[in-house]
Amino acid sequence: MNAFERMNTALMVDEAKQIFKVSRQAFVDPDILAAERSRIFDKCWLYLGHSSEVPKPGDFVTRQVGGRNILFARDAKGALRAMLNTCPHRGAQVCREKHGNAKSFQCFYHGWVFGLDGALRSQPGEASYAPDFKERSTSNLQQVARFEGYRDFNFVCFDKNAESLDNYLGAVKEYLDVIADQAEAGMTIVGGTQEYSMRANWKLLTENSIDGYHALTTHATYFDYLKATNGGLAPVPLEGAARDLGNGHAVLEYKAPWGRPVAQWIPMWGEDGKKEIDRLYQDLVKRHGEERAKRIALFNRNLFVFPNLVVNDIMAVTVRTYYPVAPDFMNISAWALAPKEETDWARKYRLYNFLEFLGPGGFATPDDVEALEQCQRGFRNSAEAQWNDISKGMGKPVPAYDDELQMRAFWSNWNRHVFQTSI
Amino acid sequence: MQNISRADIEDFLFAEADLLDEWRLPEWLELFTEDAIYYVPSTDVAPDSSPDKTLFYVADDRFRLSERVKRLMKRTAHAEFPHSRTRHLVSNVRIRNRSEAELEVGSSFITYRTKDGITDTYFGSNRYRIVVENGRLRIKEKRCLLDSDGLRTQGRVSIIL
Repeated sequence: MNAFERMNTALMVDEAKQIFKVSRQAFVDPDILAAERSRIFDKCWLYLGHSSEVPKPGDFVTRQVGGRNILFARDAKGALRAMLNTCPHRGAQVCREKHGNAKSFQCFYHGWVFGLDGALRSQPGEASYAPDFKERSTSNLQQVARFEGYRDFNFVCFDKNAESLDNYLGAVKEYLDVIADQAEAGMTIVGGTQEYSMRANWKLLTENSIDGYHALTTHATYFDYLKATNGGLAPVPLEGAARDLGNGHAVLEYKAPWGRPVAQWIPMWGEDGKKEIDRLYQDLVKRHGEERAKRIALFNRNLFVFPNLVVNDIMAVTVRTYYPVAPDFMNISAWALAPKEETDWARKYRLYNFLEFLGPGGFATPDDVEALEQCQRGFRNSAEAQWNDISKGMGKPVPAYDDELQMRAFWSNWNRHVFQTSI
Repeated sequence: MQNISRADIEDFLFAEADLLDEWRLPEWLELFTEDAIYYVPSTDVAPDSSPDKTLFYVADDRFRLSERVKRLMKRTAHAEFPHSRTRHLVSNVRIRNRSEAELEVGSSFITYRTKDGITDTYFGSNRYRIVVENGRLRIKEKRCLLDSDGLRTQGRVSIIL
C-alpha cells in the first residue's frame, strides 16, 4: 500500500481552535497527482478558450487541456467546436499548428480530410472501405464529451455525466458578468500568449493567484516601482473581502491604489488619461447605474474557478490556466483580456499595466515563481515538516482579502474530490 | 555611421554582455539612449509587433528599464537574490542596414542562467538600433526575439537577455 492509499484526508481542520492545515504530501506525492488526474481533471469543467480567439468560421486554436490535445474551432456555420486532436484512423494529431484559419483539417499521415465540424470528408482509397464508412460516427474526429460556454468563456469536461457548466459555475457567473460587463461590445483576448512553467506543484499557483497576503512582501519592488512612477498611485488603500463561492471556487474583491483601464485613474495617466477614464466611467453608469458602475470600475477581483482557472481583473485582466506535468512541475498559459472596442490609449496602458506586474518578464510574477519554487524545495523536508498552515482569518465573520478563506475553499473541495469524502 | 565596422559593433556587444554577466547593471544602462526601448515579445506574435497592440513579456521604455535595473540590484528582487550566474554568448553579428543616423544590427544569442543548481538556456536573436552619441555607440532599441516555445522550461525572464 502506498502512502496515498493509507491517507483518507490531506487536511487537519478544527474550526473551534482555528486550525486549518494541509499535508505537504499533497504537493510531492506522485500517487496524489494520479488521483488528481482521474478525480479532478477527468471530472471537472476545465477552461478551453475564449470565443474571441476564433472569431471567424475556420478559425482554430490547438491547446492542451487536462492532458488532452484539443482542437478548438469555429465551424462553417459559425458554431464553436471542441474536438480531440487525433485522427480516428491511426491516432496522429490532425492539426499541427497552434492557431490559424482552415477550410478543412487533413491528417498528413494517410491523407484523411475532415470538415471544420470534424466529419470525415474523404480518405485516399475510399473504394477499399465499407460502403457506409463515412456515415459512421466513429470515422469522424471525436468531439469532447461535454463542451459549454458562459459569456464567451468556453469550458470542456471529459465526464459525460457531469452537471451542466451553469450549475458547476454557480456563484462564479455573477463575477464573470461583472468582468464581461466592462464592455458593451464584448471582451477579446489580445494577441500574444505568455507561456511559461514553474518547478512547483500546480496547486501552489492556485493559492498564489488568490493570495492577498503575500503582496507587500513578495512584491515589495513592484510597489517601489509604482511609487517611483510620475505622480504615483491613487489615494486608495488596499482593502476588501474574500468570498467562498462554493464548489471550490473563490474570489477576492477589493480596492487597490493602482490604475485600472476600466476605470480607475492614477496621476501617472495625466489629463488625457483622466478624460478617457471619466468617459469610460460615465458610460458604465449609463449602462449599469451608479452602484454597479462603481463595482465594475473601482473594485479588483481575483476570481478562481476550481480547479485551475484564474481570471484576475486587477490592473489589467488576465486569464490564466495551468496544469501539472509532474508533482513538482507545471505549465502555465496566460492571456490578456480587454474590451473589444477600446481606444488605442486604453489598450496601450492596459498592456503596459499587465506586463509591469504580470507575466514572467514583469516586476512581480518572477518573484512569485521564485516563491513557489522555494516552497517546492521546502517540501523536500515534508517527511518531518509535514504541514502547511492556511488558518489566517478563521473565526472572522467576513475574512479580509488578505486572509486565507479562499484557500480553505479550494482545499476543502480538492480534498472532497481526491479522497472522495468531506473533511 | 559610415565608418563603423562590424568589429566595432562586435566589441560593443561583447562589452555589453560582460556588463550583464558581471551584474554591472547601472553601467549597462548607460549604454542606452535617453529614449531607448528594450523589448521581449511573446513568442507567438510577429517579430515586428508593437507592445501597444499585443502582449509582450517585456516592453520597457527608458524609465521602466531604469526601474528594472534598480529593482534587480535590490535584495527584494527575490527572483534574482542571491544573483544568478549568467553567461551571454553573442554570435552571428551583422550590420543589416546603415543610414546617416543609425545602424540596424542583428545578432544571435545563447544565454545560460544558473541558480540553485538549475541551469536554464535562453536562445534567440537580438535586433538592435544603434546610434552614436558624443562619439560613443549607444543602443536606441534592443528587441530580443526568443526562439523557444514560450518560456518553457525557463519559467521567467528575471535577468536581462
